[in-house]
Amino acid sequence: MDKRIVILGSGTAGTLTANRLRRLYGESECRITVVDQNDDHVYQPGLLFVPFGLAQPHTLVRSRPRQLHDGIAYQRAEIDRVDLDAQKAHLGGGSSLDYDVLVVATGATLLPEETEGLTGPDWEEKVFTFYDLPGAVGLHHALEHFDGGRVVVNVADLPIKCPVAPLEFAFLADWYFQRTGIRDRVELTYVTPLDGAFTKPVASKALSGLLEEKGIELVTEFTLGEVDGPGGRLISYDEREVPYDLAVVVPLHGGAEYVGRSPGLGDELGFVRVDQHTLQHPDHPGVFAIGDAAGLPASKAGSVAHFEGEVLAHNIGRFLAGQPLDASYDGHTNCFIETGFHKALLIDFNYDTEPLPGHFPAAVGLPLLKESHANHLGKLAFEWLYWHSLLPGRELPGIGSAMPEGGKNHVHA
Amino acid sequence: MPTTTYDGTSVTVDEEGFFTDPGRWTEPMADQIAREQGIETLTDRHWQVIKFMRAEYTVKGTGPTVRVLGKASGVSVKELYQLFPKGPAKTAAKIAGIPKPRGCI
Repeated sequence: MDKRIVILGSGTAGTLTANRLRRLYGESECRITVVDQNDDHVYQPGLLFVPFGLAQPHTLVRSRPRQLHDGIAYQRAEIDRVDLDAQKAHLGGGSSLDYDVLVVATGATLLPEETEGLTGPDWEEKVFTFYDLPGAVGLHHALEHFDGGRVVVNVADLPIKCPVAPLEFAFLADWYFQRTGIRDRVELTYVTPLDGAFTKPVASKALSGLLEEKGIELVTEFTLGEVDGPGGRLISYDEREVPYDLAVVVPLHGGAEYVGRSPGLGDELGFVRVDQHTLQHPDHPGVFAIGDAAGLPASKAGSVAHFEGEVLAHNIGRFLAGQPLDASYDGHTNCFIETGFHKALLIDFNYDTEPLPGHFPAAVGLPLLKESHANHLGKLAFEWLYWHSLLPGRELPGIGSAMPEGGKNHVHA
Repeated sequence: MPTTTYDGTSVTVDEEGFFTDPGRWTEPMADQIAREQGIETLTDRHWQVIKFMRAEYTVKGTGPTVRVLGKASGVSVKELYQLFPKGPAKTAAKIAGIPKPRGCI
């Protein structure tokens, strides 16, 4: 067979999918083409550290095509739209790619312009995001010149990439202002649309406790309606106000723009509807989605893309062979949460099991839902694993796609 | 699970008052649930949202978030908050007799 697999997007999910498929299936079995609109692969977990001077921006960026194994074609092009019935991806400049299997891996897009006033005159002056590289660099300069006042960390609304990152930002800001000696002149506030610090009860309680310990005020159920730049206020849809001198806002997210131009592909927000276990589109069996681009009830996080990758590569092979899909993604997610002062905590969960205390991956291992120096070292070590294990599509030692149950203590919030 | 009575019928709800079995819901129950949520009269605009909530639940197995409501229900997010001041996604789900929207993770 000579099947054509087209992968849209060469971020974490697209790259690891291409590399896994290339290893599993010979070049005579399938041709793999990866498309992306630019050649810069950003190590997104590193963006959190840039504002605090803990990561140098240029070290986070590498070439996209160089992360792909030999035997994978790479094409740099804008994606115009996908014609699902014709099984064809239309690219900028009028070219197109026919496919037998399409993998949508174009991630999530930041939509700051969708919130009234967010990209007004204060944008990148007093209102920042650290969710892209220019924003993170701009915020670094702003923090260097900040000498006190109200710092507000806000999530506009969900879904967002890495839902723990804004919390980590608040924890690191507390550490940063202590280190620069102005913590007593800074009022730190964490403003979230959720009814607690996090979505799941046990973790939410632990993380709310940490905010309190660090003297960070928590404002909940605040859905950002408007940013009043001249007045220095965030205003919610239900007309509550939070004043700021410096606002760090995680803007609304949507799927890639072309998804909206491809009838039948995505949902209202531009994320791709796929089965939460097989990752296959319900109406178009040759179409799959992985990572942030997928509209799943799972976090938009690199670990999710990694755990999905094993399932997806297997299922694509089954699909091309005309066999039923038998690999199942369980929603497994694993996140280090940096908490400042060279400590971090770790959470591990799936569709059915919320983040619980205990140890990972088994009874002897890293502590779960508890601050430790070992977890901080784990977070730092992850950058090497990202480029050398995760993107090449290798398994991480001792950690499989399915969530490990052993080592977790079932408690109630 | 607690039970409560709407329109003379006993229904099961969760700790926060969301229906656990949407099949038990009937339109006449909506007015009473709305009043419990501080909404005295349900207008056509309210009903447009309530019907959209039930249709979405039937197709997707969970109620939509406020962002999806704003994009797809024909009612803007601003107006949704005027109609359901205590939070459109949760309040409308409660009145529409569907379980608490799962939201995002």
